[in-house]
Amino acid sequence: MNTSPRANKITLYIVMVVFALFFLLPLYVLFATALKSFSEVSASRMWNLPTIISGEGFAKALEKLLPNLLNSFYLVIPATAFSAILGSLNGYIFSKWKFKGSDIIFPIILFGMFIPYQSILPPLVRFLMSIKLYNSIPGLILTHTVYGLPITTLIFRTYYTEVPTEVVEAASIDGAGILGTYWRVLFPISLPGFVVVIIWQFTNIWNEFLFAIVITSSPAKQPITVALVNLAGSQIVEWNAQMAGALLAALPPVLIYILLGRYFLRGLLAGSVKG
Amino acid sequence: MIKERTKEKLISIGLVSPTVLAIGIFVYGFIGWTIKLSFSDWNTFAKLLKGKFKFVGLSNYIKLLFQDPRFPSDLWNTLFFTILFLLGCVTLGIILALLLDRGLKGSIIFQNIYLFPMAVAFVVTGTAWRWIFAPGISAYPQGINLLFSKLGLDALRWRWFVSIEHIGPFNLALIPVVIAATWQLSGYTMAMCLAGLRGIPSQLIEAAQVDGASGWQVFWGVKFPLLRPIILSAMIILGHISLKIFDLVFSMTGSGPNLAVDVPALYMFETTFERLRYARGAAIAIIMLIMVSFIIIPYLISSMKREAKK
Repeated sequence: MNTSPRANKITLYIVMVVFALFFLLPLYVLFATALKSFSEVSASRMWNLPTIISGEGFAKALEKLLPNLLNSFYLVIPATAFSAILGSLNGYIFSKWKFKGSDIIFPIILFGMFIPYQSILPPLVRFLMSIKLYNSIPGLILTHTVYGLPITTLIFRTYYTEVPTEVVEAASIDGAGILGTYWRVLFPISLPGFVVVIIWQFTNIWNEFLFAIVITSSPAKQPITVALVNLAGSQIVEWNAQMAGALLAALPPVLIYILLGRYFLRGLLAGSVKG
Repeated sequence: MIKERTKEKLISIGLVSPTVLAIGIFVYGFIGWTIKLSFSDWNTFAKLLKGKFKFVGLSNYIKLLFQDPRFPSDLWNTLFFTILFLLGCVTLGIILALLLDRGLKGSIIFQNIYLFPMAVAFVVTGTAWRWIFAPGISAYPQGINLLFSKLGLDALRWRWFVSIEHIGPFNLALIPVVIAATWQLSGYTMAMCLAGLRGIPSQLIEAAQVDGASGWQVFWGVKFPLLRPIILSAMIILGHISLKIFDLVFSMTGSGPNLAVDVPALYMFETTFERLRYARGAAIAIIMLIMVSFIIIPYLISSMKREAKK
């Protein structure tokens, strides 16, 4: 400990900057390529900044991907809303109205968020076909709602555990009933819980790929992640459009992360099953 | 009073029953169906059309594990990937958390930079890193090789994910995929460790410092033991992600030359949805489920027990 605190500090900053460069590297590559014009894109110049900033890449990517970006919104918004509302009710019951067996049912539900979805895919496809929801956005909404229930239930249960049980008891003695107590006491203070869950679900469902590629087979129905992989795998689409497409696909969740990072972090920590 | 209790109980059960029913069918019912499928001979499209199961016992599993070179090699890849990925995420996560825990001015900006990849889709990550690790040819290096050339670091040029080098059963082509996955998820261990470090009472650290402990000794003697349970849970979460990894490999490399970066999830997808060998694909899926269960079920049980003690 004989180095001066000042020199020490400078070393720490240098180390932090070096790590930051590693994390920003793919971002640099994406932007530097996406903003080049078609004529300037080449493998030998990938590390150069564009000589002139061109919107060609983004225009081409948007032209190809706009319908799929919209599909993602049509999918994510209802699936997030349904799984959040159900998760809130479940979390309320599993934390405040435990019944015999509820402490066994809860981890059994929770297990559903860890399974490799490959192990339910063949029957899921068959089931969605039988109810005529295969290859449709409503089919994906149903899927994401159901498989989102474990995590939303977990986050709300953790959140409501912090609420003193006396508050709930007081309201129920006043004759409010279970739903009445939820509506009058719990729901009004649930906003932070909802923010965490909504951000978490929005990000995860937006970014999800396996269900999307298996359940939506026609390009017009596919969400952005599948469309991006198709675009990036295509030999005829220029690299600047591919990279611009990747940036477009990343934008909504990253925007949410930038605006509401604190809550994003909370969802992240809640996801690791701590009571 | 008792009547009301019963009524409340019924309402509670009623409120969670849609979820219990949905999870019962979509998770456990479907798993049961996939298990049944994995014991069947539904391996051709014709049989699929007929729609009738014929029970063939463990034949699909035996073929995968003992007669098919691809699946055991996928398991080796998963093992190698998991080891490197956990090592990367844990080391990097602890280092970043310790740096940020110093509370230097501007730390929050660095924290956001280290954490933002968590918000990005694996397929976006895959698209970017594929472009970075594309090796080019020796006369015309591409991607990171080109950068190394420009910086005079030609010694670092390598074939990356198209490499066919291996150490025993471990394919080195997986290294760039591990780098991409670590880039994406080391923020998770960092966030967990940072939360843990901030929970350590400062008196504890001060007491050690008064006793003359160096920074290194404070870390190994005070901080690390307190972080250990947190690191263990992070490893379980990341470990189970690595057993299932699909999106990143699919979008970044595919199975690669000689299946050097092939993983069970890719094989399952190809077998089931491209070759329509449903029963074989189901067997792969069930083996993946068993592997995940081995680490997740003890974890869930211990979390619930710890909670019950509170």
